[in-house]
Amino acid sequence: MSGEELKDIWVYLSTSPLLGLTLTLVAYQAGHYVYTRLGLFPLANPVLIAVILLVALLWMTGTPYPIYFDGAKFVHFLLGPATVALAIPLYIHFQAVKRSVVAILATVIVGSTTAMLSAIGVAWAMGATRETLLSIAPKSVTMPIAMGISEKLGGLPSLTAVLVLLTGIAGAMLATWTLNLLRIKDWRARGLATGIAAHGIGTARALQVNEVAGAFASLGMGLNALATAILLPLLASLFL
Amino acid sequence: MLNALTILLVFQLTGEVIARASGLPLPGPVIGMALLFAALLIRGGLPDSLRSTAGGLLKHLSLLFVPAGVGVVLHLQLIADQWQAISAALLVSTIVTIAVSALMMIGLDRLTGRKPAAGEPKP
Repeated sequence: MSGEELKDIWVYLSTSPLLGLTLTLVAYQAGHYVYTRLGLFPLANPVLIAVILLVALLWMTGTPYPIYFDGAKFVHFLLGPATVALAIPLYIHFQAVKRSVVAILATVIVGSTTAMLSAIGVAWAMGATRETLLSIAPKSVTMPIAMGISEKLGGLPSLTAVLVLLTGIAGAMLATWTLNLLRIKDWRARGLATGIAAHGIGTARALQVNEVAGAFASLGMGLNALATAILLPLLASLFL
Repeated sequence: MLNALTILLVFQLTGEVIARASGLPLPGPVIGMALLFAALLIRGGLPDSLRSTAGGLLKHLSLLFVPAGVGVVLHLQLIADQWQAISAALLVSTIVTIAVSALMMIGLDRLTGRKPAAGEPKP
């Protein structure tokens, strides 16, 4: 088949959602395969690999992002129902941790505020623009909620999505090291802190290490999403 | 599964309507999540269909991040211009948040004098 014919087929397929949708699933499967083969190595995050593959493909074929997204939006749409579904692990774990509920809530409020203010503070001190500050502020929150918050505040939701992804990977890599350095051995505290700072990706990591840590990480992720959604608009009106 | 998906979408839709009508700065799905959580607490139990559908959806949560992640192509210039501020903010904030949250949880536990219950891993 000649290059010209291949190009014709590509151009034809680009007009239908099938291509973007299929490529998204294939790229993610490829990412997941590599991640599993490398023994769940944090830097080999499946989302990161999928994004790199797809960006390279779009760049090589000169396909604009909106054309890709026209197909990928079917996957993207599921973020909404998935966010609502976060109520279920929250409910399951809430039953199990009722005893420490006050300590957990206080920790989430302090942790959430720390995450927002430290990100805004460092980025501001190093000369980031207002748009970047608004986009980076919800970076510790699970992606669908972070994007929603960013959009409401006037940040760039797609930039927030990337920053959330990078934060999760950083958290999954740095949590064990940070917590060991502080000599924190309580699995509940370790899990909760990881879930607050590094949302779903940190939670996945915590689940691999210890079941109690995983449960507390899920709880930290869910509660931090709520806390940030409520607190960030208030903080933004004060500082930004 | 259809039943559970309907429940999730109805809660999301209700959340969106409340978000629009009230002008609250909360995203609609977050309000939906809070409403579903409250409904489960009031109901006092989790339907099996909801447990399995939500489990399936959340198991592949990271797949759902991919389309938005590819949106990085729209911001390559912005990231190139501000990469130092962005990477410093992400790294410092992630470490500080983990440290502050973990220390806070430990401190509050000591304050309330809670001992690890039997069956929990010893620290």
